[in-house]
Amino acid sequence: MPSINEKITEEIRKLASSLLDSGTVAAFLGFTKGTLPGRMQPFVARKPEDAQKLHWNSFCVVNLANYLPALLKSFEPPRRPNDPPPEGPLPKVGVLATGCWSRNMVVQIQENQIDRDRVVIVGISSRGMVDRKKLLEKVGGREITSIDEDDHSLTVTGQGFEEKINRWDVVRDNCQTCVHPDPVIYDELIGELGGERKIPDRFRQVDEIEALSIDERWSWFQNEISSCIRCYACRNACPLCYCPTCFVDDSRPQWVGKSIDKVDTALFHILRAYHCAGRCTDCGSCESVCPMGIRMRLFTKKLQKDVLELYDFEPGLDLETPLPLSTYRMDDPQDFILTHIKKGEEK
Amino acid sequence: METGKNSDWEPKIIAFLCNWCSYAGADLAGVSRYQYPPSIRIVRVPCSGRISANLILDALRSGADGVLVSGCHPGDCHYISGNLYARRRFALLERFLEFIGIEPGRVNFTWISASEGEQFAKVAQEVTERVKRLGPARKLVKEIESCPA
Repeated sequence: MPSINEKITEEIRKLASSLLDSGTVAAFLGFTKGTLPGRMQPFVARKPEDAQKLHWNSFCVVNLANYLPALLKSFEPPRRPNDPPPEGPLPKVGVLATGCWSRNMVVQIQENQIDRDRVVIVGISSRGMVDRKKLLEKVGGREITSIDEDDHSLTVTGQGFEEKINRWDVVRDNCQTCVHPDPVIYDELIGELGGERKIPDRFRQVDEIEALSIDERWSWFQNEISSCIRCYACRNACPLCYCPTCFVDDSRPQWVGKSIDKVDTALFHILRAYHCAGRCTDCGSCESVCPMGIRMRLFTKKLQKDVLELYDFEPGLDLETPLPLSTYRMDDPQDFILTHIKKGEEK
Repeated sequence: METGKNSDWEPKIIAFLCNWCSYAGADLAGVSRYQYPPSIRIVRVPCSGRISANLILDALRSGADGVLVSGCHPGDCHYISGNLYARRRFALLERFLEFIGIEPGRVNFTWISASEGEQFAKVAQEVTERVKRLGPARKLVKEIESCPA
C-alpha cells in the first residue's frame, strides 16, 4: 500500500501535468529530490513531462512562497519603472502550499508582491516537516546514505547502520507547535484537510527564555548568534524578505557592518527578526537553511507572541484583516510609554 | 573603564523629538528656563513615525547610553496618524529588546506636546536617572578597536 507521501506525490504529478498540459499555468512550482538523502530542492516544472520529476516527502522544508514573486515576474515582459503595466492576462503559475506557505502567500498578496489571479494554489495539509539536524543527531552524526519514509517512521541507513526513527520525534520545532497546518487559500486541494490543531503551550520555548533574568537572556542571545557567519541564508530563504536593497546591503547609511563583529551580528539578527514582526508565519525556513544551526526562529516567535498578545493578530489567516504594523487603533496598549499623561489617554 | 555607578559619570542620551510637538516642547522648556540634565542630545525628526528600529539601534551602536523617542500625543499628530503607527512599532521593539537582554530603560518612549515644556524637563530628568542607574551601555556598542584591521 502506498504511503501518504507517495499518494500525494502521485496526485501532485497528475495535477501539475494536467495544469501545464491545458495551458492553465506556464510553470508549476514544487519540489524535486536533491542530490543528498533528506535534501529537497525547489523545482519549476515548465513542460507537462517535467511534472514527473516533482516529489513530495517530509523534507520539503523550504518555503515555496519565497520563489513566487520572482517566478511571476519572469513571465512579465520587461519594462521600465514608469512604463504602464502590460496589457492582457499574464501567464499563471501553479504552486504547492501547506498552511504556513499559503499564509505567506496571503501576506504577499496583501503587500502587493503577488497577484492572486496569477497563481493557482495547490493546497496540501502539512503533516510537519523533518528537521535534518535532529535526524543527524539521532544517528550520532553519521553519514546518511538513504532515507526510507513510512507514514510514521523513517528508516535511515548509512555505512554499517540502519535505524528506524519515529517521524514525529524528528519533526521541526515549529511544525510540532503549529496550529494551522491547513492551507488558508487554495484553488485545488490534494489529500484531506487536517483541521486546526490545539497546542496549549505553543509559545513554550519563548516563555522559557522570558523566565530568565536580563543578563541570562543577553548571554543566551549572544551565545545563540555567536556562530553566525553572516551568510544571510535565513534572509534569502524568507518569503518576507523581498526588499530590492536589504538593510544589510545599505552602505549609506551603513546600518550594519559587514564584518562578523558581534555587535554587527547582533544588530543583523535583531533587525532581521524585527522586520518580520506581524508578518512571520513561523514556517521555519530560516532555521532549516541555517548552516550553523542558529535557532533564529525563537526571535521571530517572540514577536509573533507579542503581536498576538497586543493586537490579537496572526498573519496570513485572511486577506481582509490588514497587517498589524500597517494599521493602528486609538486604544492600542501603551503602558511602555513613559509618564502617562491623562490628556492623551481618553482620546 | 568607567564603573557606571560613579556619580560624576554623565550618560549620553540621544533624544529623537518630532518637529511639531516634542521639539517645540523642548524649546519651550528652554524658553521657560526649566532646568534639565545636559546629557540629552536632541535630534529633530519630522514625526515619530519617521523613527525606525534602525535609527534607535544605530544610536546605541554608536555609543549612546540611552535613547529617548518622543512624539505628539495620540490624536495630535501633525500627520494625523504617524505616531499611532509608530506606537505599534515601538511597543514591539521595546518588548523585543528586553527579550534579547537589553535592559529596560535604555530605550524610552514618551509623548510630549508643544505646550509641555515642564513635562519635557521632567521626562529628561527621569530618563537621565534611569540611564544613570543602568550605567554605561556596553551591549550594543561597536568598539572600533575590537575590529580586525
